Amino acid sequence: MSFLNLLRIALKALQRNKLRAFLTMLGIIIGVASVIAMVAIGQGSKQSIQQQLSGMGSNMIIIRPNSNISAGARLDASTVQSLTLDDVKALQRGAPHLSAVTPLASSRGQAIYGNNNWPTQIQGVNPQYLDIIRQWPLKDGISFSDRDVQSQNKVCLLGQTVVTNLFPNGESPIGKYIRFGKVPMLVIGTLTAKGESAFGQDQDDVILAPFTTVQRRILSTIYLQNIYASAVDENSTTAASTEISDILRTTHRLKATDDDDFAVRTMQELINTFSSTSQLLTVLLAVISGISLLVGGIGIMNIMYVSVTERTKEIGLRMSIGARGMDILLQFLTEAILISITGGIIGVILGITSARLVTIFLSWPTLVTEYSIVLSFLVCFVTGVFFGYYPAQKASRLDPIEALRYE
Amino acid sequence: MSSQKILELKDIKREFRMGSEVVKALKGVSFDVVAGEFITIMGSSGSGKTTLLNTLGCLDKPSDGTYLLDGVDVRKLGRNELARLRNHKIGFVFQAYNLLPRTSALENVELPLMYNPEISAKERRERAVKALQAVNLGDRLDHTPNQLSGGQQQRVAIARALVNEPVMILADEATGNLDSRSSYSIMALFQELNTQGKTIVFVTHEPDIASFSSRTIMLRDGKVMKDSVNENRKSAKDVLASLPKSEDY
Repeated sequence: MSFLNLLRIALKALQRNKLRAFLTMLGIIIGVASVIAMVAIGQGSKQSIQQQLSGMGSNMIIIRPNSNISAGARLDASTVQSLTLDDVKALQRGAPHLSAVTPLASSRGQAIYGNNNWPTQIQGVNPQYLDIIRQWPLKDGISFSDRDVQSQNKVCLLGQTVVTNLFPNGESPIGKYIRFGKVPMLVIGTLTAKGESAFGQDQDDVILAPFTTVQRRILSTIYLQNIYASAVDENSTTAASTEISDILRTTHRLKATDDDDFAVRTMQELINTFSSTSQLLTVLLAVISGISLLVGGIGIMNIMYVSVTERTKEIGLRMSIGARGMDILLQFLTEAILISITGGIIGVILGITSARLVTIFLSWPTLVTEYSIVLSFLVCFVTGVFFGYYPAQKASRLDPIEALRYE
Repeated sequence: MSSQKILELKDIKREFRMGSEVVKALKGVSFDVVAGEFITIMGSSGSGKTTLLNTLGCLDKPSDGTYLLDGVDVRKLGRNELARLRNHKIGFVFQAYNLLPRTSALENVELPLMYNPEISAKERRERAVKALQAVNLGDRLDHTPNQLSGGQQQRVAIARALVNEPVMILADEATGNLDSRSSYSIMALFQELNTQGKTIVFVTHEPDIASFSSRTIMLRDGKVMKDSVNENRKSAKDVLASLPKSEDY
């Protein structure tokens, strides 16, 4: 029998029992809708965490001096002075997976303008720190250049928290001289607001200046507190961090038995940690909703069994006028699949709608992914085939004589 | 044409196994049917009538003997080939009409053609309409069974049996559920189809009905007891006309 005829016959049979078909479908509808909505909630929270972390620079790699043992006593990492400018140069030369490397020297101190002052942190970096590593656009003014770094120019960029505290009247800080501790600095630009980091730190409470300016004029040291680097893309962060370890071990002349005197942290690791938590949440929600889909499938099976028994006479008639066992099997299978697929379509629409409503009324972030739609659709089809098969097979194996005489 | 044998039964036996007991329903039945005959098969219950009907209708295969339907040896066929044979060569009419509920007359009649992949949707519809017109229900195409009287439902069933242009129409107590007036009108229809050349095999236990056929086969205890040609065949149309008008409400 042609597929079109099968579809016609199945549709006709479902039409004869509209309410029952709908109630059977309801199980599937609820199952699919809840899978889609729950996965959307899980994915939404995962995405929002990822976005927050990516805001700190998702390709970012931080290299810190490691705690070390000196004469039997473990030293605090901040007192270890193992990173130097030579390391930065070695990394810039020898690591193809890195798109940018910058030293970072930071110091806490009081920023002063006029009669306003504000305790904050100054960070000395290379220009690439803004464009490539943090991807932090300016709000106003211009950034400092490599030349500023070379000539240790006393220029700086202000974070928004610093701006509001030093310039409370809303005047533009560009072109004004502020003092950081005793060092006067020219404000050449302001940074856009980044808000709190994932750890609750105010990322806008910062002054950025050329690395050399901070290192020489404020800290007066030749060591670096940190090296910040950026991998060429998110997927190469692991390769990049291995590369960094290799290069630094060589430049630091460490023997194979020595521990690293530095630590490499990638943002990706952090993202993965957070993502795996929300991934677990997603899987958990999906499994719970999946169970309701299974229950829906059993509902289909139940109804199909009832239907086969109820329509035994019809099956006998169909067989007597020339339906083969296969035709009967396909007819009932098509009915089951039709129920589950139609339920699936309605479920997808309902799931997407409820995800939207959750976002609108509860302002939870949700994300409807294509794969959850495709997957639940596929599961629907498989459910239809799986739970429809046995009743359909039972129907196809009926003896036409007995089926015709069935009352 | 008239001498062409549609059915050839030679020593048909059918045994059923009921636990340890073997029930012999047919104990060697032989007869031929040529094209254009109107046969009634009669017999009391337990005579093997139903078993013979199932065998003739290719719903069941004989345990022994040969049964040729339009030259095809039925015993050699498998389940699917039997289904095909039923679809192409036999038109069934049942006592209980067996129409699909909540389905229009037209769709009911189309049903056998649905299982014939060689027929297009357009041809299927045309042939169904023609078959319904042949049973005088051309104006009831969209009526569902519960909107039709018993006699009309049986006409739809006859149209369904006609639609695949079978070599034989097999009727099983086709008037059993009808009042006498409707019965006669159905018999008149069968007679009309018979004069158009259709071969009809009609299973019944009413001698009254048998008198409309051209030949009667009596079964008893799984054997043919009598096989006789009806000399004074009655016309159902005349009988219908002779019924008092008062019943016509």
